[in-house]
Amino acid sequence: MKPDQATLTENGALSRRDFLKLGGTGLVVFFWVGPLDAFQQAPQPYAEAPPSTPTDFNAFLQIRPDGRVTCMVGRVELGQGLQTAAAQLVAEELDFPFDSIDMVMGDTDVCPWDVGTFGSQSMRVLGAILRAATAEARAVLLQMAAEKFNAPVERLQVSDGVITDPAQGKRVTYGELVQGKRIERHLGKVPLKPVAAFKVMGKSLPRKDALEKVTGKAKYAGDITVPGMVYARILRPPAHGAKLKSVDISAAEKMSGVQVVRDGDFIAVIHDRPDMADKALALIKAEFDRPQTGLDDKSIFAHILKNAQPPKVMAESGNVAGAEVANPVEHTYFHSYGAHVAMETHSALAMIEGGKATIWAATQMPFLLRDRVAQALGFSKQNVRVIVPYVGGAFGGKTNPQNGVEAARLAKMVGKPVQLVWRRDEDLFLERFRPAAVVKIRSAVNDGRIVLWDYTVYAAGDWGSITFYDVPNQRTVAVPVAETAWRKQDTAGGLHPFNVGPWRMPCAVTNTFARESHMDVLASKAGVDPVEFRLRHLTDKRMRRVLEAATKQFGWKAARTPSGQGVGVVCGTTYKTYVATAVQAAVEKSTGKVRVERVVTAVDAGVIVDPEGTRQQVEGCIGMGIGCALSEEVRFSNGEVFARNFDSYEIPRFSTMPKMEMVLIDNPELAPDGIAEPPVITMGPAIANAIYDATGARLFQLPMTPARIMQALKQS
Amino acid sequence: MERAISFTLNGKPTRVTVDDERMLLWVLRSDLGLTGAKFGCGAALCGACTVIVDKEAVRSCSVPVKDIAGKHLLTIEGLSKNGQLHPLQEAFVHHSALQCGYCTPGMIMQAYALLLKNRRPTRADIVRHMDDNLCRCGDYNRIVEAIQEAAGATKARAS
Repeated sequence: MKPDQATLTENGALSRRDFLKLGGTGLVVFFWVGPLDAFQQAPQPYAEAPPSTPTDFNAFLQIRPDGRVTCMVGRVELGQGLQTAAAQLVAEELDFPFDSIDMVMGDTDVCPWDVGTFGSQSMRVLGAILRAATAEARAVLLQMAAEKFNAPVERLQVSDGVITDPAQGKRVTYGELVQGKRIERHLGKVPLKPVAAFKVMGKSLPRKDALEKVTGKAKYAGDITVPGMVYARILRPPAHGAKLKSVDISAAEKMSGVQVVRDGDFIAVIHDRPDMADKALALIKAEFDRPQTGLDDKSIFAHILKNAQPPKVMAESGNVAGAEVANPVEHTYFHSYGAHVAMETHSALAMIEGGKATIWAATQMPFLLRDRVAQALGFSKQNVRVIVPYVGGAFGGKTNPQNGVEAARLAKMVGKPVQLVWRRDEDLFLERFRPAAVVKIRSAVNDGRIVLWDYTVYAAGDWGSITFYDVPNQRTVAVPVAETAWRKQDTAGGLHPFNVGPWRMPCAVTNTFARESHMDVLASKAGVDPVEFRLRHLTDKRMRRVLEAATKQFGWKAARTPSGQGVGVVCGTTYKTYVATAVQAAVEKSTGKVRVERVVTAVDAGVIVDPEGTRQQVEGCIGMGIGCALSEEVRFSNGEVFARNFDSYEIPRFSTMPKMEMVLIDNPELAPDGIAEPPVITMGPAIANAIYDATGARLFQLPMTPARIMQALKQS
Repeated sequence: MERAISFTLNGKPTRVTVDDERMLLWVLRSDLGLTGAKFGCGAALCGACTVIVDKEAVRSCSVPVKDIAGKHLLTIEGLSKNGQLHPLQEAFVHHSALQCGYCTPGMIMQAYALLLKNRRPTRADIVRHMDDNLCRCGDYNRIVEAIQEAAGATKARAS
């Protein structure tokens, strides 16, 4: 069984039996088996079955005669630190110096096939394969040395890539043994190092990319140059669904050094300087027929409720339909479209030479891009090479291959290498936004306990929708992720007026906002402190533990809400990571501005491999979660996107950041789980609950902009 | 208007003959081959393109190249001397104050301008000075700590 073809259980987790087949001896101890990202199981972007990740260590490792080791992986460095973590893993399992390992990432001609870098799964999934391969390589090297020394394997010792036989006083390095050749020998599964024997893993090592990144030497796709390259800008419509009516390129063509190329509605300007291409593009006069859909960021929610695909019952217990309740509590929660806005816009350089295309691209999915470029150019896959240099952030947004494909088409049309760097407004226009979504909850409390929980989510998907609180009569109605528009990479014209896609922790951001806001509504109605109210409904030990850890560190003072303290608490889980967050926030009642002052997050993500890296990911999630909670909203009307730059799509900045404290719960009996996404889900509801606690005003829509807060204050 | 413009770039006399209305960022990146300054927004909203002109941090995406004639320009490429990292660069590495690294050159140059004026900035000084430099990975608090550390180191080195 191949990991990318793994079957999923109904809750998205790889079954234990499948995992044993996947990982082999020893892996269960260490590598947690999480739900694979939906991309992994359903190869939607492919017309054919996807290839698979190889398991032959030669595909990943090259032991070079110069005494260094090259590790090749199809995944890419987006900032998440995989370059460092993968080298750390190889160093550990191979007994080789960390500093002598060179990583080659995301080069489709050199690296083994890989599904893509997303879903916080690089270590969970790729890591398991890489570790098994490396352990096997080490065992083969030992066997080769044993033959060379004519000594039993058991007698040999290995340290820093040098194998010694103390009895004979002999030594040989990996490089000398292999002499640059491919190792044609395999032992199959060999035992992995136990956690207790780790020397390199579990330590916080300096990032391999840090030096290049602080000196400006790190190359991103837009920094790559080749002789004779030119720069392109593409004419874009003013709105999604707009059709080109007429175009006048004469003024642009008159500009010195400009070439205009055209293939139907695909019109681009070319210049040997990037900013001059901008200038030329501005000279093109184009008229478009613009659609009148009547859809905007306000009417979209009614549109979703009316037209979203019908959700299905995902979980049910007790008797929801028949439950008779005296005073049901019903609310509807809304979540607006959100954008990824990595600091680096989509960028690529495409070069076609001797019938072969090479694309340097900012992408999370080099192999998908390779296949798409091959399709667009009519080339075989073997004649397309995608190379991914450092990527300047992605967050799910760079799963979209469009930019690289456009660069390749232009290189073919122009006959020269073409760089295509989307400008910020273009990047926002062509975003695959996190879909807007609606959640309806009907519920009831009796004697301080929830007796009814009827939950329906539209347009987001089922991840994180089923409540982990104990409620006798409950039902969750949702669309399974595999069937959602964002999962299918739906393009404009379906339910959504533009492209939608995965955004750091799909669905669960929306579902956690609705569930945890509503938990506070019910706690308030029951007159019970929100922490106590949650604990009453929690039997899951890991969830209780994170909640208790976060509130203890926070110094939570039990009170009925609204207490005037401005505190809020939230529990959440996604993948198999548990998170609880407590926040302190202040609301300026005259303006509706919120200042998040302090955030305490407790995380249980299994055994902690890299404490510093874990903290950094949690911090990133807190920051991004605050943006999602308070300011990030895509405004639009009739297909026109009003989010055009950082002034019309506001992301968090230095002054937004609260004091952050983390409680990392080490859970050594459980293998490590994803951490790059889960904490992000808790921020929206934690801040919503803190606003309520401070003011008595309940917010039902993310983001909670000053205008929405002012309106809620008026109504409270 | 295309003309020759002379300035000092990372300590070296430099002359470019270009349309003098062009923005400095693109001249740096595509004429001078210095790609450390990044394009992020094109409208002086994110700080990824920040460089130092005569001791002031400027957004090179929005400064015409004619404005730097005769001036001293410092980019991230010119910050380390003889292979020795600047204390800010060392502190960014030490605090792991970066993830994707795309905003990092701009962050460091913006901080450099602060330390030129204020050897001992408070946390509030740093936040105020840095607030228009954006980092999507969310390393703001680490960057503040790195700048505080570098400020201490800069002072120690100067004395």
